[in-house]
Amino acid sequence: MTRRRTVAAAAILAGALALTACGTNRQEAPGTGAGGASCDTSKGTLVIGMVAPLSGGLSALGLGMRNSADLAVKQANESCAVPGYQLVFQAEDDQATPQVAGQAATKLASDDNVVGVVGTLNSSTAQTVQPILAGKSIVQVSPANTGPSLTRGEDPTGAPKRQFESYFRVSTTDLVQGPFAANYLVQKAGKKNIAVIDDGKTYGVGLANEFAKQAEKLGANIVARERVGEKDTDFNPVITKIRPLNPDAVYYGGEYPVAGPLSRQLAGQGLDIPLMGGDGIVDAKFVELGGREGDLATNVGAPTESLPSAAKFVADYKAANYPEPYSAYGAFAYDSTNVIIQALKTALAGGDYNPETTRPAIVKAVQDIKLDGAGGPISFDEYGDTTNKLLTVYTVKNGEFTPIETGTFEG
Amino acid sequence: MSILMSQIVNGLILGSLIGLIALGYTMVYGIIQLINFAHGEVFMVGAYGAVGTATFVLPTAVTTQWWFLLPIMIVIGALVSMVVAILMERFAYRPLRNAPRLAPLITALGVSVALQEAVRVFYPEATAAIPFPSIFIPGALVLPIGDGVPIQYSGILIVVVALVLAFALNTFVEQTRLGRAMRATAQDRDVARLMGINPDRVIVLTFALGGALAGVAGVLYGNFYNFINIDMGFQNGIFAFTAAVLGGIGNIRGAVVGGLAIGLIKSLAGQYLPGGGAYDYVWIFVVLIAVLVFRPQGFFGETERVRA
Repeated sequence: MTRRRTVAAAAILAGALALTACGTNRQEAPGTGAGGASCDTSKGTLVIGMVAPLSGGLSALGLGMRNSADLAVKQANESCAVPGYQLVFQAEDDQATPQVAGQAATKLASDDNVVGVVGTLNSSTAQTVQPILAGKSIVQVSPANTGPSLTRGEDPTGAPKRQFESYFRVSTTDLVQGPFAANYLVQKAGKKNIAVIDDGKTYGVGLANEFAKQAEKLGANIVARERVGEKDTDFNPVITKIRPLNPDAVYYGGEYPVAGPLSRQLAGQGLDIPLMGGDGIVDAKFVELGGREGDLATNVGAPTESLPSAAKFVADYKAANYPEPYSAYGAFAYDSTNVIIQALKTALAGGDYNPETTRPAIVKAVQDIKLDGAGGPISFDEYGDTTNKLLTVYTVKNGEFTPIETGTFEG
Repeated sequence: MSILMSQIVNGLILGSLIGLIALGYTMVYGIIQLINFAHGEVFMVGAYGAVGTATFVLPTAVTTQWWFLLPIMIVIGALVSMVVAILMERFAYRPLRNAPRLAPLITALGVSVALQEAVRVFYPEATAAIPFPSIFIPGALVLPIGDGVPIQYSGILIVVVALVLAFALNTFVEQTRLGRAMRATAQDRDVARLMGINPDRVIVLTFALGGALAGVAGVLYGNFYNFINIDMGFQNGIFAFTAAVLGGIGNIRGAVVGGLAIGLIKSLAGQYLPGGGAYDYVWIFVVLIAVLVFRPQGFFGETERVRA
């Protein structure tokens, strides 16, 4: 009797566990409603998907992407941008984990009405999403991936080779971002002994390597090359290790959940030197978690607030009253969505939607696109990378990332 | 020299924290032979309870004075964790008291997931890490050895509190009537009952004590690292469980020694062993396996067997 009850209890528990597991990685954004009530939507609905971290440590960035893409889809519906169809936005949570991202991409790819996917945030999740979407010729436009190998293959500088015809990104790559950061830190800030730390992920390692290469070329010493765990919280052992080497700056390849506490623990051990990072640390959370005054970062594009082209996006975003800020990739996510919408329009000029023929047509239309986006002019080169190589250096001032200078990287 | 000393300091701080959590694992195992995998989550919930109280409940007049706020947060953290541990025992484990041992083990995993998800869903903005109010004295004491050995004040607090609490717990278990009742229940629940002990009450007491220690650890963790996140329970719970096994599960001194050993292995391996910081977790488990091969009962497992 007891035994049977135990078994029953275990079974119920297992069920409950399975349910919670599902519950956490399915989070659909509220449907975009009947925004286009006055438009002709007789031919049905088409879906624009998103794969981004909507929960977990990086959700501040992911939720900003979701809201911005949602805004673009709403506006398209209101202006009847795609005649005959109602657009629906469907955001899937990848928890910044490649395996979950794979599930999310598979879910979207199995829907015949998905015309394109915006995302991902992380380069590591992009690696699993790319082949799944490419298998169905679904166009993928990332507002945030910066890993060079996603577009240019194993040897991005020596023998670049396009990886997926259907993959594009509006963000600059680490091939440009890392060296751009090195130019600033070595030449402008005059740092000569730099400790380089990364988190072991595709993005962090790539960025740190490109940074170190350029910094050495400019005559700086890389005094230490360390790695910390992406989920680690105690960096004191690593800091103790680099402390006797007298670094005058730390460059960190990774994201703000580690970078913030790392910066704070540096100061805790008496190392009052600036920490510099890439686009992955540009978020208000970095300062909340321990980022200090004077810490530096680079981000792709120009500061959203400073761009005349982004003024309308910023105003519309405010008017839409999203609970979360648009964050570092909001403008690019908005642009990525508009790229897909405009390409869809071009592709549909050739006839009604049919996944077999329309999807490849969308991919082709994205390749040839010319668009003035919120983050600047958008067009793609032969690898699917953006031709807009604008970057900005930020520093933490009065508890906020403040732009110092915007420029393009020249060799 | 100063590097070695600094790494030892780093190891002792992390190790004390892990030891404090490990006490809960080891006491519960000692008394009902249950590996309470949800114990790490009890640690996490305590930290969230304390931060939540400081953020949403206490008036700012209170929250600006560290000597006032920190003790309050520690007490609240301990209380929240204690209540969660008691409820967990009452509703998840007691109904399974006489079930096969696998059932409560699976239940513990379920409780762990449930607690973590509950905080994720119901605590405002818990999907990302939350900053811990910077309330304690910042900065570090610098020992004048070599280039200087910095010891953060918040780290000193961890070591002192952990050792005092572990010592107090040991005295309680060895020298009080309730402590004797706990040892009796651990040895043989049925005979203990014949001697007039109510085993259910003793077991609740064990969970309450372990929970309170975990809650204190949660607040100290936040105070040291200056942020908390919902993964902290899982991560440190695994370390603490390993520490309990390393020290000899069921043994109070073993839990503390095991915790310190793990802290030291992590910081020293990151400095001196191949692979550096990227492989420090690996070395912890290499040592665990090596110890278990030669001493399956752990460091202190045999001298004081509390197993039934």
